[in-house]
Amino acid sequence: MINSIIIYGLVNSVMLALIAMGFSLTFGISGVANFAYGGFYILSGFLTWMLLHYFKLPFLLAIPITIGIVGLLGFVTYWVILYRVRGIALSEVIATFALGVGMLELFRWLGFVTYDFTLPYLKKGMVVIAGVPLDYQRLFIIGIGLALVLFLYFFTHYTRIGLAFRGIAQNERTAISLGIRSDYTAALSLAFGSAMASVAAIVILPLGIISINLGYEVLLIAVAVGIVGGLESVPGILVASLILGYAQVITGIYLAVEWMTVVYLAAIVIILSIKPSGLFGKFKELEERV
Amino acid sequence: MATHYRKERLDRGIKARCEDIFALSSYREILYLLLPRVLPVAALLILPLLTGVVGLYWIKVLVITCAIALLALSWDLLASVGLISLGQALFFGVGAYLTGFLNHRFGWPPFLTIPLGTIGGAFICTVLLLPVLRLRGVYFAIVTLTFPLLLTRFIETTKILGGTEGMSALSPLPNMWIELYLPVLALLIGLFGFRRLINEDYGLVLQGIRDNDRAVMSGAINIYWFKIQAVFLAGLVGAFSGAFMTHYYRFVGMPAFSLDYSILPLTAAVLGGVGTFAGPTLGAFILIPLSEALRAFGTLRVVFYSAILIICIVSLPEGVFHYIQRKYHQFEKMVKVG
Repeated sequence: MINSIIIYGLVNSVMLALIAMGFSLTFGISGVANFAYGGFYILSGFLTWMLLHYFKLPFLLAIPITIGIVGLLGFVTYWVILYRVRGIALSEVIATFALGVGMLELFRWLGFVTYDFTLPYLKKGMVVIAGVPLDYQRLFIIGIGLALVLFLYFFTHYTRIGLAFRGIAQNERTAISLGIRSDYTAALSLAFGSAMASVAAIVILPLGIISINLGYEVLLIAVAVGIVGGLESVPGILVASLILGYAQVITGIYLAVEWMTVVYLAAIVIILSIKPSGLFGKFKELEERV
Repeated sequence: MATHYRKERLDRGIKARCEDIFALSSYREILYLLLPRVLPVAALLILPLLTGVVGLYWIKVLVITCAIALLALSWDLLASVGLISLGQALFFGVGAYLTGFLNHRFGWPPFLTIPLGTIGGAFICTVLLLPVLRLRGVYFAIVTLTFPLLLTRFIETTKILGGTEGMSALSPLPNMWIELYLPVLALLIGLFGFRRLINEDYGLVLQGIRDNDRAVMSGAINIYWFKIQAVFLAGLVGAFSGAFMTHYYRFVGMPAFSLDYSILPLTAAVLGGVGTFAGPTLGAFILIPLSEALRAFGTLRVVFYSAILIICIVSLPEGVFHYIQRKYHQFEKMVKVG
C-alpha cells in the first residue's frame, strides 16, 4: 500500500508539474495568464489523433508536428489577439478564456466526444517496482517530466532566447534598453507555453480517453499548482506538484476518486489563508497579486 | 505633401446646456435628457403586453434575456470593484438550487422561496467566495471559473439535491403577468439601482478599489469589507435570476451551473460596454435574441459567443453602449493636421 502510494503519487505529481509548467512559464515571463491553456492541451490531443488517423503518420512523426503546430499557434495568438490588449488584465483574461472555450466547444460541436479518441502508448508493457506494477507510459511521464525541467533550466540559463526570457521576466524596461524585444519575447513565451501544453498532452492523454472537459480541468490544475507554489517560481511549481499530487493520491485511496478534484480547491483556500503569495512566491504582500 | 486629417470630437451644444438646471427651460432639452432613459424603460414595460403580436416564443426569449441581463449586471458590479468573474453560473446556480430545494422539500410557495433563495443564495455565494476575495484579477477569475465546475462535481458525487436528475415538478408562478413582469421589474430596479449606487460615494470607494486598492487602504478603508458587500450585492441580483428561472422552468438541475450562464453574461457585458450597467443590459438584449435565432447550431453557439468576445475585446474594447453614447453626445469632424 505504502509503496503504491509513493510510486503513483510521484507519477501524479510529475503529471501535475508537466501540466502546470507551461502555464507558469508564460505567466512568469510575459505576465500573460494564458487561459486558453486547456484549449491548447486538448487541441494537441485531437491534433495528434487526427494526424495518426487521417494522415496515417507514424506516432513518432506526429508528435513533433503537433508540438510545432501548437507552439506556432501560441505565437500567432500573441500577435493576433494579445498584442493589442497587452497589459489590460481584464482583456487578456477574457480574450484568452474565450479562445480556450471556443476551441473546446468547437471540438464538442464537431463530435469529438466519443470513446474512440485515445492516443497510443509510447511503449506497451509494464515493470514491477518494489512490488508495484507500473506501466511504461507512466515511467515515460516521470522521465519526460524530469527531462523537461532539466531542459528548461539549461535553456533559460545558457541560450540567448532563454536569457532574454529571464531578462524580460526580471525587469522589462532594463531588458528593453539592452535590446531585447519585449513583444517578440512575450510571443515566444506563449509559443513555448503552448508547446509545453502539447508535450504534456501527448504523454498524459494516452492514459485515458481525450475528453473535452479535461480542458477545463487542466486549467484548474495549472492554476491550483501555481497558486500553491507561487506562479513565477519553478521550484515552487515542483514542490506544489508534489504536495498536491500526493494529497490527491491519498485522497483517492482513502476517500473516493471523485473527491480528488476537491483537493485543488481545498489547497487553494488553505494556502491563501496561510501564505497568500504561495510557498515560494516572491511577492510579500497579497495586493500585488494581479 | 499629402494632407493628413484627424478626427475631432466636440460635445453637442445641447449636451452642454443640459448639464445644469437650465435644461428644464425647454422641451427639447428635457427630451434630450429623458428620451434615452424613458424609451427603453417604456419598451421593456410594454413588450410583455404584446404577447399576441410577437408570439409566445419571443416573450419567452424576453424572460431569458432579462435573466441573462441580470447576471450581466451582477458581473458588471463585480468588475467595478476589480473582481473579474468567469463564473456567474455560481450565483445563478446557487440561487436556483436553494429556491428549488425550499420548494421541493418544504413545499413553500414561490413568493416565499424566491426572496429566500435570492437572499440566501447571495449569502452562500459570499461565504463561498470569502476566502478568495483577497485575490485580484487573474487569480480571482480562475477561482470563480472553477467554482461552478466543482459544485457540479460535488452534486454529482454526493447525490444530494437530486443528484444528476435535479428536482422537477416545482410550483409554477401564480400567473403569466407575474412571470413576465417580475424579471422586467427586477431588471429595471437592478439597472437603475446599480447606476445610482456607483455614482454615490459608496460606488466611488468600489471603483477606487478597482483602480488602486492600496490608495484606498491607505485611506483607512477596509477594502475586504467593501468587496464582501459588493459580492453580496452582485450575488443578490445573480441569485434572483437563478431563483426566478427555477420557478419559471419548474425545474432545477445541474444545467444551472452550466458554462452558458458564465459566458453569456460575460459576452453581454463586454459587447455592451463594461462599467455602465446600461451597456451589459444592452449587450444582453442584442446577444440573446441573436443566439435564439441561431438555436439550430446547438453547441456551436458557444463558439460563436467566444468569437464575439474576442472580436469585441480586440477591436471594440469600449463596447456598443459607449459608442452610441458618444454619437449621441458628441459630433465629429475631420480637421486638417499640420
